[in-house]
Parts: sequence; C-alpha cells; structure tokens
Amino acid sequence: MIQGIGVTDFFIISTLMFFIGVYGFITRKNLITILIAIELILNAVAINFVIINKYLYPEGLHGQIFSIFIIAVAAAEVAIAIAIVIDFYRTNKSVNVDESEMMKY
Amino acid sequence: MDWSYTIWIPLLPLIGFLIIGFVGRKLPYPIPGLIGITGIFGALVLSYITAYKYFFVVNADMTFEPIKAVETLWMTFSDKLHFNMGVLLDPISVMMLVVVTTVSFLVHLYSLGYMKGDPGFGRFFTFLSLFTFSMLGLVIATNLFQIYFFWELVGVSSYLLIGFYYEKPSAILASKKAFIVTRFADFFFLIGILVISYYTETFDFLTLNGMSESALASAGSTSFMGMSVLALGLTLAFVGGAGKSAMFPLHIWLPDAMEGPTPVSALIHAATMVVAGVFLVARLFPMYYHVDGGIVLSIIAFVGASSSLIAAIIATTQMDIKRVLAFSTMSQIGYMMLSLGVSGYDGHHGLGYTASMFHLFTHAFFKSLLFLAAGSIIHAVHSNYMTKMGGLRKHLPITHITFLLASLAISGIYPFAGFFSKDAILDAAHMHSPIYFWIGWFVAGLTAFYMFRLYFRIFWYEDREYHHTPHESPLTMTVPLMILALLSVVSGFIFFYILPFGTYITPTGEEFHMHIDWTLAGLSLAIAVVGIFIAWFMYFKKNNKAEKVANSFGMLYKWAYNKFYIDEIYMFVTKKIMFGVVSAGWMWFDTKIVDGSMNLIGNTTVKTSYAIKKLQSGKMQDYVLAVVVGAVALGAIFIYIWTR
Repeated sequence: MIQGIGVTDFFIISTLMFFIGVYGFITRKNLITILIAIELILNAVAINFVIINKYLYPEGLHGQIFSIFIIAVAAAEVAIAIAIVIDFYRTNKSVNVDESEMMKY
Repeated sequence: MDWSYTIWIPLLPLIGFLIIGFVGRKLPYPIPGLIGITGIFGALVLSYITAYKYFFVVNADMTFEPIKAVETLWMTFSDKLHFNMGVLLDPISVMMLVVVTTVSFLVHLYSLGYMKGDPGFGRFFTFLSLFTFSMLGLVIATNLFQIYFFWELVGVSSYLLIGFYYEKPSAILASKKAFIVTRFADFFFLIGILVISYYTETFDFLTLNGMSESALASAGSTSFMGMSVLALGLTLAFVGGAGKSAMFPLHIWLPDAMEGPTPVSALIHAATMVVAGVFLVARLFPMYYHVDGGIVLSIIAFVGASSSLIAAIIATTQMDIKRVLAFSTMSQIGYMMLSLGVSGYDGHHGLGYTASMFHLFTHAFFKSLLFLAAGSIIHAVHSNYMTKMGGLRKHLPITHITFLLASLAISGIYPFAGFFSKDAILDAAHMHSPIYFWIGWFVAGLTAFYMFRLYFRIFWYEDREYHHTPHESPLTMTVPLMILALLSVVSGFIFFYILPFGTYITPTGEEFHMHIDWTLAGLSLAIAVVGIFIAWFMYFKKNNKAEKVANSFGMLYKWAYNKFYIDEIYMFVTKKIMFGVVSAGWMWFDTKIVDGSMNLIGNTTVKTSYAIKKLQSGKMQDYVLAVVVGAVALGAIFIYIWTR
C-alpha cells in the first residue's frame, strides 16, 4: 500500500503498458522488438496481479506468487524465443517477421 | 454307391485356379501351366471313373436314373425356394463331364506350347482353370439357380480370356461386346428362372422335369400373350441359352471373340461354353416338351435352323480363318438346337435329343481340333488371313493331316465322327418336317464347301515364299492335335456301332435303336461331296475362279461378306435409337439434374475456399491483430451487456 497512489492509477499504468505491448507486437517488424513488446504485456499482467493482491486482498499472497511464476515463465520463454530468432536469422538472413510467410497455404 | 467324391471334379480346377492365381502367376515358364494341368488331369481321371461307374456299373440294367451325388443348402429364399449347390449325375451331365474335361485337358496341354514365352502365361492358366471349374460346375448343376450361378462364371472367364491381350484395343472391344451381349441374354434367362420358379415353386431340375403335363398346365395356368407363363419362362430361359450359344440374332459376339488366344477359342468358343445353351435346353428337355405341347421347341427349332443357315452362308465368304471357324461353330450349334427343337419324347421319337447330344459330343472334338490346328497354322504363319497362306502342307505335315481329318469329320463323310451325328440330326429333322431336313441338307453342303475352301486354300492353292520357313509346332501342340484327330475319326463310329448313343442318352432313359437311313444319308453324303468338289475346283490351284463366282453373286456375296450387316443394325438401334431418342430425356436428367446438383456442391466449396484463402496470409501479426480485435470486440459486447 503506497500512500497517495490509488489502485486506479496502477491500473491505468498497467493498461497502458499492456496496450503499448500489443501495439508494438502488431506493428513492429523486428522480431527482437516483438519480443520486447511481449515482455511489456507480461509485466503489465504481473503488475496487475501484485496490485490486486496488495490493494484488494491484502490477507493473501496468491497474486504475488503468480507474478513470480510469470517472471520465471517469462525467463524461460525468452530463452526459447531467442533460440527461435537465431534459427530464423540463420534461415532468412534477417529478423524481419514478414519473411515468415513462406508456409502460407 | 458313394458318389460324394464327384464334388472334387469341379473343385480340383478351382484349387488349381487359386494356387496359380494367388502364388503361381509369376513363377517361371512351365510351372503355372503344370499346376493347371495337374488340376484338370485330376478332374479328367475322376470324370472317366464316374462315367465308367455310371454307365457300366450302376446302370448296367440300362435304366439311367439321375443321381443327386451331393447337395447342400446354399441359401434360402422363401419357405419353398432354396438355392442349393450340388452334383447331379445323369446321362447328359456325365457325358458333358467327359467332353469338358477331355477337351480342357488337351487344350491345357496345347497351351503349354502355344503360350510359351507369353508374358501373361501364368494369368492365362489362372483364367483357364477358372473357366474349367465354372464349366464343370455348370454341367453338374442340380437346379436352375446353380446353373445360372456358373453360367455367369463361365461368362466372366470367357470375358477375361477374350480380353487376354488387353493391350490390343480390338481385344478389349471384343471382350466387352461378348460380355454385354451375353449379359443381355442372361438377363432374360434370369427373368425366365424367376418366372418358372415362381409358378412351379422349385428350382430343382429333377422336380421340374418330373412334372406331368397336367401338373405343368395347372402350375402355369396364367397365360400371357397367347402362351402360358411357363412357356414364356422357358422361352426366356432359351433366350439366355441362345445368347450363350451364339444363336441368331444374338450371335454377334462370337466372331469377335476370336480375338482371344486360339486355345481359348478352341475350348470356350467351340467345344464347351457355347454349347451351354444346348445343354440348358437338353437339361430341361422334358419340361420344354410338356409345356403347352412343345410350343417353345418349335421356336427353338426355327432359331436353330435359321442360325445354322445364316452362319453357314457367312462362313463361305470370310477370309479370317478363325472367323470361318467361328461361324462354322455357330452353324453346328444351330444344328444341335434344331435337333432338340424337332425332337419328340418317347422311344425312337426322342432321336432328335439323342442326335443333338451326339453331335455336341463329336463336334466338341473335331471343332476344337480345327481351332487348335488353326492355332498351329497361325503360330507358324503369324497371320489369321488365308490370303497370307497357301501350300503349307509341306511345312506343317501333322497339322495338315489332322486338319484334313477334322474337315472330313465336320463335313460328314463316312465313317468320320460328323457323319453319324449329322445323319442322326437330319433323320430327326426329316421325321419332324421336310423343310428342316432340306435346310439341314443344304447347310451340310455349305459346311463341306467352306471347310474344304479353308483346307485347300491353306494347304494347297499356291506355293508361297514365306519370309521365314514355317515350321511344325512343338510336341506339346501336336500331341493334342493327334489325340483329337483320333477322337474325330473314331468317336462317331464307336458311339454308333459299339456303344450306341441311343442306348445311353435319351429323353426318357429308355433305350432305342439308332440306325442309318441310307436314303437321307446318301443325300447328305452326296451334297457334302459336291461341296468338297466345288471347293477343290475353286481353291486347289491358284486361279481367279473364286473371284468370278463371288462377282456373279453380286449383292448377296457383299451382304454375306459383311455378315448381313447385323452388327451395323445393332449399332444403329443402340446408338441412334436407344441412346439418341429413347434415353435422351433420362440422359438430360442424369447429366443436368443428378450430376449437376452434385457438381454444384463441389464447385461451390472450391470457389468459396479460393475466395477466403487470402485470409491465411502467413503473416503472424495479422493473426494477432485479428485475435486482439476479436478479444476487444467481445470484451466490449460483454461489458455492454453487463452494465446495461
């Protein structure tokens, strides 16, 4: 509980972070940037978990534990995603996501 | 006496068929043939044993009661109608067993040499064994449905063997034609069987033949178009028989069937399968005789006589030697049908029946011999056309002698086989009506003429220079020729004087004495000699007399050469009238409505998927955008609903 900052402010921040992430995910062509956008989305969700836990259900710890899970999963996901990106680069000599359409219909 | 072993007579070739068909087809050269020959040889031995036991041991008192050796239920149609499978032994089926196994065995043997080096060697013997099995099953049938069952099986094996050289378009067309024409006739046969069994409530031959005239009259009391239903059913059954036996006007498939390998022509299209129609009529003969006072028999006699005459006339003009023989077969089967048609029932009146079976018996030998000899000639010359032949007697001595003997036999020269059986037929025809006698007499002359036309044209005429010297066929081919030649020479003599047919095979089972009416025999001998003489005059040395004679006949020659345009008439009727007019409406309905609706469904699916396939762009971000937009939209909807 932080004095002077309400739960709504946190929600505004996390919502902004989430949609910036989504926007980045959709518009960016560079795979690394897309990865960063995914991190933004994940962190927005993690913030939501912590804040809701802290402000609305202060007697439990589920939300905080979930956020730790999310951080752990994000770490694993980044490792895999980087591996995919490197492989993608080896095949296409670029990290432009538009090049991934060779298997359409 | 235990007859249950007779079931192995058809089963041995069936086992041969299965072994060759499933495992033996690709084996090296003689093995599939040897398997087939082993199977048929077993059947041959069993048939001879059966014939000996049936004629000389069990029925030594000359009663010849039919014996049901084996009978099992195959399926049940109704309370009264059962479809049984079994073995019926009576004089004609035992005789047919002997004929079929003998000819089939010799043809198998001959094929060993004839088909050597053919890539389809194994396949050939597979089908040949299948055919032998079916034919044996047909002759021992105990009831109408069993005979129909095997009737179709011989049709299939005939189809397979006519189309044996399936790379040749003409062979494919011929096999299709044979199948369609005989199937068309078999359809009538099936209706006939259904009519007969519906009114008599049985399929069984013994029951059907055992019915008295009054019982038949009451069973078939319903009448339709001036005939009782049973007479109609029998007529329909005869149509089936006419299709299989190539009677006019259903004969069009037989000449084309000569596209098959020559041993097949000898076995199926000369000696065995094509006489199935004669056999069917003979099998039901008492019934044919008793229904409506034998009205169906007069139809049979007419069809037989006209087929015999037409075929003999066409045979005098054909140039393809196998086609001449095919028309000759048709003509001789016409004789058999005529003979059945004019036959009476009791005692000496049953001569026609006996004569028909006698002719069937002798004809099987000399006609298969003629075909096998023709095969030997074709093997040596590599052509079917007699214009490519001439002077072959020096190159093919054995074929020459055997062909000559067979020609003498079929022309009815004393004392060869054909003389006795043909004379018996003419005698029977004369008892019935002089017109049939004179037709038969004229056909006898034509037969002698076209056979010796063939003989002189092939073996004398001119000394031709061949590209390579024709050589006599190997021993596997000439031995069957010699055996058949021996049979063609002696079978008439033996079965007239020593073991007379009239004793063993009669409509009633009572024996009667056959004798030669020398007035009639003299007349037929005279015209046969005249025929041979004319053939000698025209074809002994190279000359242009034949052309002159052909020209003097003018239109008639042209008609006969083109087989009286019967094929063309059929084509006109089917193509123009049936397809063009009668079925045009249905064809429109079928192609536009039935096919159209199905095509519409299919085409719509294809078009829709082409239209929407752009959605799958392969760009990951498009999908994500769709997911996000969808999620936002759903969220908006739910928020709207909840907050309302």
